[in-house]
Amino acid sequence: MREMSRIVRTVSHIMFPFVIMFGFYLVVHGHLTPGGGFQGGAIIASGLALLIVAYSRSRVKKVVKKEVLTTIESSGLLMFIGLAFLGIGATFFYNFLANSGIIFGDSVAYGINPGNLNTAGTLPLMSIAVGLEVLAGLSIIILMLAIGSLAGEGSR
Amino acid sequence: MIFEMANTIILIIIILTSILAVKFKDLLASVIALGLVSLLLSLEFYILQAPDVAIAEAGVGAALTTAIYVFAVRGTQRLEEEE
Repeated sequence: MREMSRIVRTVSHIMFPFVIMFGFYLVVHGHLTPGGGFQGGAIIASGLALLIVAYSRSRVKKVVKKEVLTTIESSGLLMFIGLAFLGIGATFFYNFLANSGIIFGDSVAYGINPGNLNTAGTLPLMSIAVGLEVLAGLSIIILMLAIGSLAGEGSR
Repeated sequence: MIFEMANTIILIIIILTSILAVKFKDLLASVIALGLVSLLLSLEFYILQAPDVAIAEAGVGAALTTAIYVFAVRGTQRLEEEE
């Protein structure tokens, strides 16, 4: 697959940081607004897919490594299950950080309020773990499709 | 009232766009029409007050599925170029 035209490459260059930023916003604000780990991870992966579609396979293969994405995916899963096991003193998935005053540990204000990011205990950390896992998994699917069509072209 | 009208109009446009996706002779244009169907479907989910599902549909349906179809189309050749 050769590179797409200059218009496609320029537009994907301009759009890429905004898409990535919106995806991370959705992941971090998962406990306050609609969205969360899966949705934010899917949007970050679609930003990466924009670059992979716009550029040629040889350049993509040099920049985006499969091993890095596999490591991110596995570390996201390990972080999720590790956070679940850290609360095993009470129950599995026990929210030991809520109202504790440490990270994400403020208590929720009563009544209608715009929402405080520094609340909800382990829920934002689990959103981040799910986001890392989903972004790496979906990007690996797109990357393997791109590299696989490279192998088909060599034999032709 | 206005939401019901928007509901109906968007559903009609979705049906028209999916008919276009079948009718197009150029495969890349057909893929873009499919992506447009997913985008309008996410707008419909938002009107039906499911913003969570709308974001998931826009991310997976409109972006990632379109990328996968673009790779599949690029693996093919035009009918005239085969000989």
